Amino acid sequence: MSNLGTEDNPLLVAIVGSGPSGFYAAEALIKSELHIKVDILERLPAPFGLVRSGVAPDHQKLKQAIKLYEKIAESPDFKLIANVTVGTDISIKELCDAYHAIIFTCGAESDRKLGVHGENLKGSYTATEFVGWYNGHPDYRNREFDLSDDVAVIIGQGNVAADVSRILSKTIDELKHTDIAQHALDTLAESKIKEIHVIGRRGPAQAKFTPKELREFGELLDCDPVVLKQDLILNSESARELAEKSNIASKKIYDLFCEFSERVPDTAKSKKCFFSFLMSPKELIGDSKLEKIILEKNKLSGEPFKQSARGTGETIELDAGILFRSIGYRGIPIEGVPFNDNWGTIPNDKGRVTNLDGNLVPQLYTAGWIKRGPSGIIGTNRACSVETVECLIEDLDKLKSDTIKPGAQAIYTILNKKKIRHISFDEWKKIDAKEIEQGDSKGKPREKFTRISEMLSVIE
Amino acid sequence: MTTIVTDNCKDCRFTDCVTVCPVACFHYDDVMLYIDPDVCIDCSACIPECPVQAIYEGDDIPEDKEQWIEINAERAPNLPVCEEQMDPLPGAEERKAALGF
Repeated sequence: MSNLGTEDNPLLVAIVGSGPSGFYAAEALIKSELHIKVDILERLPAPFGLVRSGVAPDHQKLKQAIKLYEKIAESPDFKLIANVTVGTDISIKELCDAYHAIIFTCGAESDRKLGVHGENLKGSYTATEFVGWYNGHPDYRNREFDLSDDVAVIIGQGNVAADVSRILSKTIDELKHTDIAQHALDTLAESKIKEIHVIGRRGPAQAKFTPKELREFGELLDCDPVVLKQDLILNSESARELAEKSNIASKKIYDLFCEFSERVPDTAKSKKCFFSFLMSPKELIGDSKLEKIILEKNKLSGEPFKQSARGTGETIELDAGILFRSIGYRGIPIEGVPFNDNWGTIPNDKGRVTNLDGNLVPQLYTAGWIKRGPSGIIGTNRACSVETVECLIEDLDKLKSDTIKPGAQAIYTILNKKKIRHISFDEWKKIDAKEIEQGDSKGKPREKFTRISEMLSVIE
Repeated sequence: MTTIVTDNCKDCRFTDCVTVCPVACFHYDDVMLYIDPDVCIDCSACIPECPVQAIYEGDDIPEDKEQWIEINAERAPNLPVCEEQMDPLPGAEERKAALGF
């Protein structure tokens, strides 16, 4: 048999998850000098993961990353096998039999909990479900959010928290020409929210927004950003952090907070978005639904860049009818793949999957958030996927098999037997075209299908 | 809105930025990198990667660097794409130190 990675014996790789890290892994494989066939398996009928259903609808330019993924998908060595759930429709053993290597790029679909009393009250939600809902993700289509109270609280100060806060802060006019799902636009049109509180457990020098995301709060049509001057007083460790030349992003964030704190309130604007620091929710209170949040004040301790927040015992109360937590994300375990429950990731060494004791698991690789945890933005995943693919190609000798692997054919056979309707990239393009057409009359870039059955009806 | 490479990149060309660019919008000549504004999606992933802080985004471009908007737009499309990290230019480390990084 010819060597693996040659024309007669191409390296067959399955990628699980069609978000950015999946497509960047596919790109790196296709660009390599070896003969490689890459198939991406995707749980939904629609590809592109968080670029489609995470990136905020008012950030259309970021979604143009999809153009590059479409170019990758044009390669004759690429296939999309969508609407297929790995772990249930197809087992890991079946994938390992069909392919030489599997790369898991299935992201961090679950969220970290606050771990406080009252967390499950009606009115207490995760940012994940809200983001999925306004972005038309089928998993969250039937969620209902009660926006009838005038105070909303977001726990966390990263970019997802910024997205949720900004969507709540914007007017319908600022959103109606984006690809926000119609059901979300209709609900937001009825929103009574006037105050949005974005609360961080650490200080203004440790907020994790990117400057660009934070800057947008200064440019909203009907919402003023509010920061109290006394909240911007830094301890000496934080001041040292901001003085560090390499920490320029945090310095820019802090300068923006200072700018917000000096603004003369615009009384014509009907909403306010407060940024508050050094507080953690201690308890959520309410009878049938959330009414009040008890927040504990925190103090920072530790060396610069290693400061952690500790509760001081002092609490304050905040009346609020809705809360979103955005304090980190976790992957969901897949049957047959090792999982580190502490981190919510697949244990790995530079992308080579390991057992929890650190021993390598043959054939399995991982990239993106499920590999390294939920940090970084779209492009960060490119470097991450490239690292994984480099390891995979280095391992070529170990990936050899005695027989020719069947690849996608074996998967199609299993799916046909189970009567599972898989979707190809060409079929997705038909759904895509229909969404764009639906958006046209509304002046939106697209009106997404938010139910799997609707997507399937386009191609039947 | 546009994201640009400015003069700090000159004679360094570390190309760390290129590894996180989601759309391969960096181009290069013998001295430095440039961003093609028609391809860049303003995601700002590259900004913290630059060891000499040569990259700025739209609202954050200092006045004395504004001429680089045009330079990037003009030069990038006519130069080869830089998709993978390259070795920095000879003397890049010295230049970095001279710039105070």
